[in-house]
Amino acid sequence: MFRPRIIPVLLLNNDHLVKSKRFKEYRYIGDPINAVRIFNELGADELVFLDISTTKNKRCISLDLVRSIGEEANMPFCVGGGITGINQIRDIISAGAEKVIIGSHAVSDPDFIRTASEEFGSSTIAVCIDVKKKLFGKEQVWSVNGTKASGLDPLEFALLMEKNGAGEIVIQSIEQDGSMEGYDLELIKKITERVNIPVVALGGAGTVSDLKKAYKEAHATGLAAGSLFVYYGPNKGVLINYPDKKEIRF
Amino acid sequence: MALVIGIVNYGMGNLHSVFRKLTMLNTAPLVIEKPRDIQGVDKIILPGVGHFKKAIQNLETPGLFESLNEWVLFKKKPILGICLGMQLMADSSEEGDANGFGWIKGKVVRFRIQDMKKFKVPQTGWNTVKTCKESRLMQGISDGSEFYFVHSYHYTVADEGDALCKTEFEYEFVSAIEKDHLFGVQFHPEKSHKTGLQLLKNFIDL
Repeated sequence: MFRPRIIPVLLLNNDHLVKSKRFKEYRYIGDPINAVRIFNELGADELVFLDISTTKNKRCISLDLVRSIGEEANMPFCVGGGITGINQIRDIISAGAEKVIIGSHAVSDPDFIRTASEEFGSSTIAVCIDVKKKLFGKEQVWSVNGTKASGLDPLEFALLMEKNGAGEIVIQSIEQDGSMEGYDLELIKKITERVNIPVVALGGAGTVSDLKKAYKEAHATGLAAGSLFVYYGPNKGVLINYPDKKEIRF
Repeated sequence: MALVIGIVNYGMGNLHSVFRKLTMLNTAPLVIEKPRDIQGVDKIILPGVGHFKKAIQNLETPGLFESLNEWVLFKKKPILGICLGMQLMADSSEEGDANGFGWIKGKVVRFRIQDMKKFKVPQTGWNTVKTCKESRLMQGISDGSEFYFVHSYHYTVADEGDALCKTEFEYEFVSAIEKDHLFGVQFHPEKSHKTGLQLLKNFIDL
């Protein structure tokens, strides 16, 4: 039977792992390669690596790091961070990643997604849509690590990305990031009801039951989280963990 | 003499993970990029992700289409197609309306999904695989094991006897094929943890 993927999303600041809260308050987590080894042992479905230090500094995720992850990972993995060109995608794929995630550049140049999916196939291109409400305003898409409001409506943008050939939409709530209080199910549902490509929920998952809800109530087929897989216990001690899939009944 | 397994590189997706897994299984893979690279390989893995028609064109340009075809038809040695590599074994595909190798009779068609809210295409994720016939490729892999899939199109076999595995995604489709020395899997063994590694080991041990 088909089941949704449970996806740890690991944030990179250059070559070490960090975790954010509301796209701020970065906390050091550890070494990415060590994390991959642990997730291998735990049998994780898929991994996502996002380098948050790239867009601002106008560079792309380190290829050496992608290569090292590829050497270790026994599962599919996807990388993102500062991707703006076709050749960068080619390099990342040949370094061993299955997919790339494009965020800010999809906002500033939506046609880039078309070019990229025509070149590499839709299943290689995922688009991450970061969403936040402006004070007294409507929900909109933000870019550059949540610092730049685009004025775009999340659903309309998701539909445009699907039309341009994206193979997957990652929908991330900036307000829920790091909260561990649950996903923004309404936001996710709004997207899954209209787009026909896989939708990955991100931002806010704090328990396994949050993951289930995103699948059952909001129809996301990718259930992604950061804090849930790197923190443990009420004091949020750093401990890489992953739910036992046999215990989850979807 | 050590077994030489060729991996065909024709610019469709990465071979990195297949290469890496074969190395882990103590074989020395050889990357095939030109027709003459094929001479002397004992087995071939044909990986691939992307567009069917483009894949055929990429194989035709360096003359690999012809030489692969000859190798398969005359040498009769084992070949394993993975994902798009499996689909290329069909007579034709709806993707780009192009012809494939035609080694295992059948057509590649796009998923025809009714409940589009529940079943998003491409099928991206883990799904269980049911084995339909005795096969050395599936030895030691329990029926109903999970493998990783990413695809929008799937194989339909003309001869039901060529179906090796089936998987359900709203409806049942053929997720692996086998005929004589020809093998194809729609899923990615190189990305499917220990179960996937077992399948690759079985292919090496054939």
